[in-house]
Amino acid sequence: MTLALDLALCVLILGVALASVAGGGVFRAVIFFITYGLFVAMAWARLGALDVALAEAAIGAGLTGVLLLAALGRLRRMNATSPPHRTGLHLPAAFAGAALACALGWAWFALPAPSPPDLGPVMPQSGVGNRVTAVLLNFRAWDTLLESIVLLAALLGVWMLAQDKDWTAPLGPRYHAQAGGVLASFGRLLPPVGLAFGVYLVWAGADSTGGAFQGGTVLAAVGLVALMSNVMRPPRVSQGVLRAALVLGPAVFLCAGLLATASGGAFLSLSPALAKPVILTIEVALTISIAVTLALLVIGASGDGEYAP
Amino acid sequence: MSALVAVLTLPLVAALGVFVVPARLRVPMALASAAMITGAALALCVTVARGGPVMLMAGGWAPPIGIALRADGLAAALIIMTALVMGAVTCAAWFEASPARAGPRMAFGFWPLMLLLWGALNAVYLSRDLFNLYVGLELISLAAVALAALSGTAQAFAAALRYMIFALAGSLLYLAGVVLAYAAHGTLDIGLLTARTPAQGDALALGLMTAGLLAKTALFPFHVWLPPAHASAPAPASALLSALVPKASFLILMRLWFEAMPDLATPAALLALAVPGAAAVLWGGVLALVQKRLKLIIAYSTVAQLGYMFLVFPLAGGGGAAQPWAAGAWTGAVFHALSHGLAKAAMFLAAGIYIAAVGSDRLGDLRGLARALPMTGFAFALAAITLMGLPPSGGFTAKYLLMTSAFAAGQWPWALLLAGGGLLAAGYFYRPMVALFARDARVPLLRSIPRAWQSVPLVLAVLSIMLGLLSATPFDLLQVGRPPPASEGL
Amino acid sequence: MTLTYYALTGAVLVGLGAYGLLAVPHLIRRIIAFNLMGSGLFLFFGAAGARGGVPDAIPQALIITGIVVALSASALAVGLVVALARRSGKAFLPDDYPADDEDRAP
Repeated sequence: MTLALDLALCVLILGVALASVAGGGVFRAVIFFITYGLFVAMAWARLGALDVALAEAAIGAGLTGVLLLAALGRLRRMNATSPPHRTGLHLPAAFAGAALACALGWAWFALPAPSPPDLGPVMPQSGVGNRVTAVLLNFRAWDTLLESIVLLAALLGVWMLAQDKDWTAPLGPRYHAQAGGVLASFGRLLPPVGLAFGVYLVWAGADSTGGAFQGGTVLAAVGLVALMSNVMRPPRVSQGVLRAALVLGPAVFLCAGLLATASGGAFLSLSPALAKPVILTIEVALTISIAVTLALLVIGASGDGEYAP
Repeated sequence: MSALVAVLTLPLVAALGVFVVPARLRVPMALASAAMITGAALALCVTVARGGPVMLMAGGWAPPIGIALRADGLAAALIIMTALVMGAVTCAAWFEASPARAGPRMAFGFWPLMLLLWGALNAVYLSRDLFNLYVGLELISLAAVALAALSGTAQAFAAALRYMIFALAGSLLYLAGVVLAYAAHGTLDIGLLTARTPAQGDALALGLMTAGLLAKTALFPFHVWLPPAHASAPAPASALLSALVPKASFLILMRLWFEAMPDLATPAALLALAVPGAAAVLWGGVLALVQKRLKLIIAYSTVAQLGYMFLVFPLAGGGGAAQPWAAGAWTGAVFHALSHGLAKAAMFLAAGIYIAAVGSDRLGDLRGLARALPMTGFAFALAAITLMGLPPSGGFTAKYLLMTSAFAAGQWPWALLLAGGGLLAAGYFYRPMVALFARDARVPLLRSIPRAWQSVPLVLAVLSIMLGLLSATPFDLLQVGRPPPASEGL
Repeated sequence: MTLTYYALTGAVLVGLGAYGLLAVPHLIRRIIAFNLMGSGLFLFFGAAGARGGVPDAIPQALIITGIVVALSASALAVGLVVALARRSGKAFLPDDYPADDEDRAP
């Protein structure tokens, strides 16, 4: 029975994936892609990886989907032309894709018995109960620190795409919500609920499912709704507070890592006694930065306003 | 705080700093940080040269649970070369990315992007963890794509997008290999992988990682994105993209083939890496011959020059059976990477000065500029000497080492390639030199170029020559912690 | 058996994504294909990490990192597509290499 459920889920995943690559219409492709993300999140839940399921649903499906929809809207308002024909790479690419899929399929059956590192003995020193959080913020903290900086680099790159004349303009398109309309009331109602949920995810992430990235995404969504319903004004690059919020997470993370070196430990090391409070501090700071970065990534560079309705 | 931690974290701290501080503090902060990071890089080199490789377990956790970082001679040499190029680019950008000249957008964004790239490069040079290398490579790619798009023209955006598609496809192929390696061996650490029990899927894992890294290194035939991306960026950004970025993915290739899985380096596989390298030398050289813009000539020259580095695989690779000539070839390839970095950055910074002076980099518009800007013309000529591989430059030392190894190994076609590539380089740099040093023309300059700005590419070009004159010190540094397959002989 | 389903689904997704990333002309679709390729790879990784009975936490953490990195890359790519369309009116890459023209230097 469960086998049939898994098989059906896999077929669904492949079906919507195919539709989003080869089906007609780019708008439909994006909708299929969002559906795909939700199915994949279910697959992660089936695989027992709840943290990943949450991240895939929030970031992979939700935020990436919103990002693509927003881009399509902008392209449509610019009357950007779609490509006239297929590229000449059609057949070689199909061949390369098939070869890649077959190679990975073969590799699956050729894998030796798994030999994962045993985290059991070191978990008590990690300061948190959730193994995934322990890996992200303690055992492989250097990865996570770099990753938070990758987000910042992406945002900086997006900002640099503005035209020079628009540089001082507010970021993103202008939104027009009718006072008393659905969006406006939604924009007033959602933030408190969303805020509570986002904070809960960060707090719970230490010992059960959740974490800074998942919580930050929920908060980013709250911010986006508030922006779209004009509850909040779009920010400008020139606002120092905004830029400080963006670097807060990586900065606190780096400081914690360097303080460990200053007190004689290895870079980024945490003494077991202090691990939990330090990890929570880093997570709170990261959540703030992630939330602001993600929201700003969706609204895009300054000067997109001229195309808003 | 150890020099290693400083080299790893200072660029990132500085990037966050210049991102936050008000406009008037930005450039002083960038200059001060560049000086501090260069100091830390020097300190790291001294530590490595005196005391051997330096290890760091990030977070205090040893692999396979944690991430190991290690500064050996190779990493230290690339870190100091990067610091010299970054320092020079910082000085050049002080003039070129000023708000008055480049506008407030670039005057804001160039500094944090440059420092992020610096931090990511150092992280990749030092990391021993395959997944951590992936994150580092992505940070490099995003910063590099943003730098390539910085000039804001439609051409720059198209070039940056094409670059990005190659970079993303390359990253995912690399990541696919990493996934297979972890699934088979339960570790991502290069050192632990060396001692692994070989599994059936290892060759596929190594192949996928290699394919991804080749796309990122722009090895022929994956080079098509490179010239438009490097040529349409502002000159200081082009210098970083051409001199430094391809070296990071190449370093990972060396780590994979010499350190993580040297047992898979069969002669056929090594030849398969070197033949595209040879094709790159020839094809990049031929295309550089026919370009009409200086920056495109320099960019196609990068396609060609990157090809030489891949000769290291057949000459120094090949399982545990190290040969007497292996060490020479290995050192030669690294010398080539270092001298190309210094000379190529000097060339792009010189091109930036020309564009600032006459508003164009078409060869016809550059006629006689060496008389108006003699220091820059001299810098360009010195850098060209290094890239042609003429004595006494660093490029000559590199080619000499590679060529003697090729003869010793009986693989004389590579020696022919080295000679032919040098001739091609002489050919494609002949045209810009003739234009620059033309006696008949006198171009009016749009603006005067401060002497301090003119001296920046000259310093880099002189350094690329010094690398050959004073090759003993870098030579000794490179011997520290060299992988066993390349440590025989010399 | 269940794990094999997911691993093979992942493998097919990687192939499908690679095809799309190389051959599909509309740039927004290429970004979708890139995301399919990435998440297919993660699915394969997750299935491989779940083979030992207890799911291995390290692949899960790496996958979360990978998802965030993929989002960052997608965001920059989307930004570039919009910026290119604003300058050139096209949502696809011109077939020739524009810098080869006799255009003036930036």
